[in-house]
Amino acid sequence: MVKNRLKIEKLNLWFGEKQILNDISFSIPDKKITAIIGPSGCGKTTLLRCFNRMNDMADDVKIEGKIILDGYNIYEEKTDLSSLRMKIGMVFQRPNPFPKSIFENVAFGLRIKGFKDKIELMDIVEKSLKDSWLWNEVKDRLNSSAMELSGGQQQRLCIARALATNPEVILFDEPTSALDPQSTAKIEELISELKNSVTVLQVTHNIGQAARISDYTAFLYLGELVEFGISEKLFTVPQDKRTEEYLGGKFG
Amino acid sequence: MGLRKLKEILGINALRLAILISVIFLFLFIILIFVKGGKLISFTFLTQPPKAGMTKGGIFPAIIGTLYLTILSLLFAFPIGVLSAIYLVEYAKENLLVTIIRTAIGTLAGVPSIIFGLFGLAIFVVTFGFGVSILSGSLTLGIMVLPLIIKASEEAIKAVPDSFREASYALGATRRQTILKVVVPTAIPSILTGAIMSIGRAAGETAPILFTAATFYTRRLPKSIFDEVMVLPYHIYALMTEGTSPEYQVPIAYGTAVVLLGLVLVISSVSIIIRYRMRRSKKW
Repeated sequence: MVKNRLKIEKLNLWFGEKQILNDISFSIPDKKITAIIGPSGCGKTTLLRCFNRMNDMADDVKIEGKIILDGYNIYEEKTDLSSLRMKIGMVFQRPNPFPKSIFENVAFGLRIKGFKDKIELMDIVEKSLKDSWLWNEVKDRLNSSAMELSGGQQQRLCIARALATNPEVILFDEPTSALDPQSTAKIEELISELKNSVTVLQVTHNIGQAARISDYTAFLYLGELVEFGISEKLFTVPQDKRTEEYLGGKFG
Repeated sequence: MGLRKLKEILGINALRLAILISVIFLFLFIILIFVKGGKLISFTFLTQPPKAGMTKGGIFPAIIGTLYLTILSLLFAFPIGVLSAIYLVEYAKENLLVTIIRTAIGTLAGVPSIIFGLFGLAIFVVTFGFGVSILSGSLTLGIMVLPLIIKASEEAIKAVPDSFREASYALGATRRQTILKVVVPTAIPSILTGAIMSIGRAAGETAPILFTAATFYTRRLPKSIFDEVMVLPYHIYALMTEGTSPEYQVPIAYGTAVVLLGLVLVISSVSIIIRYRMRRSKKW
């Protein structure tokens, strides 16, 4: 029996009059990689951004339903967004390190929390950079600007930055779409390893990537969850006709 | 040769001509000022007060006066300008009031400087009772450069990519933390560019300080911000219009112009160096 980390219950989301997510319910297994796939505009990124409540900032957004983390609905009014986002980290489509040093990028979340102790800070930065396989490449230049790194390195830095606050879940929003094939392969490998310590939820429109690295896959179409299940099964014997058509390249 | 090629050549040469004309006038301007005023520059000229009915001596009190006015006006306008810009970009919702504020700031930037002088006279000199003083002059100059600083800071803050803000929020930062730790540090080099432009204007304007801070002649240096001061641009104006022995005073006016240019250059260079050093670590 798989243990679940996140539970989505009847999630609906509107931007203005337009409904983007339609009555979505499923559970995300603990310490596994779950991929959300679907054609452009199906709402997959919007769904991903529900988990750390990044949609809240948009104007004119309405959200109904529950997302339960550790038995607690994150959409409760008294939720502290700051600690929620430290528990559920995020890595974006394009690498977006801050124009600060490599060290300060990784330390950012901890500083926000009010960490002052230099030695402890250094330890966590080192560990996070090691966990994102960047340490050996940057250990001699932690004080140089993160902007000097290559795209792939920047994305791993963003992963280190997300890891530093010791999250339970990391959300990846098409993390390799702006990268070359080699960097992509490295990030995929890295994500596969991350699942030993965190739960990974990843949006991708690269079906190959979802098939390669994810344990579970959710197929989203026009704001609806069409199918959710073990990746191997979903990719080989899809239950729904729409999933079959999407995987066969009928639309996308 | 085809017509398209001809057009191409004509086009590029029109551009060359335009830049040539700008450069020629710039050089003529600098050469003229330096030829006429350069030979006056000496240690005495920079460190002595005027003597013998403004026909001899130096312009030291005017240099000090200009420094006071420029620095004080920026101390006043820079923080208020940057804070206003932060509010306008990061907090203000698009509504009628904010549109009115934006338009007002835009309009204020285009108001002739003499109007600021009249305003300063009415408000600071008379109503607030600061008299003709460094304080009144600095506040007047400060208000004059405020729209410049707000505009430049607004553009700088808007230019900070939203992906930086998102990354910050996603790491648990609050809006205040995002602004203080990400947005402002990223924008500060460009914000300083606005401040540098303001230095040039604040140091060089005559009209706003005509009624609010400047005096034609004083031997002593200001003791407090309630003293009136000699200032470089007004010194030039006074020598050229009210002098009684132009054969001595016109050269001094050109010498003063050289000093004023030099002063603006020095203050700007310092800010440019600061900006460069910041930008080196912050480029993206």
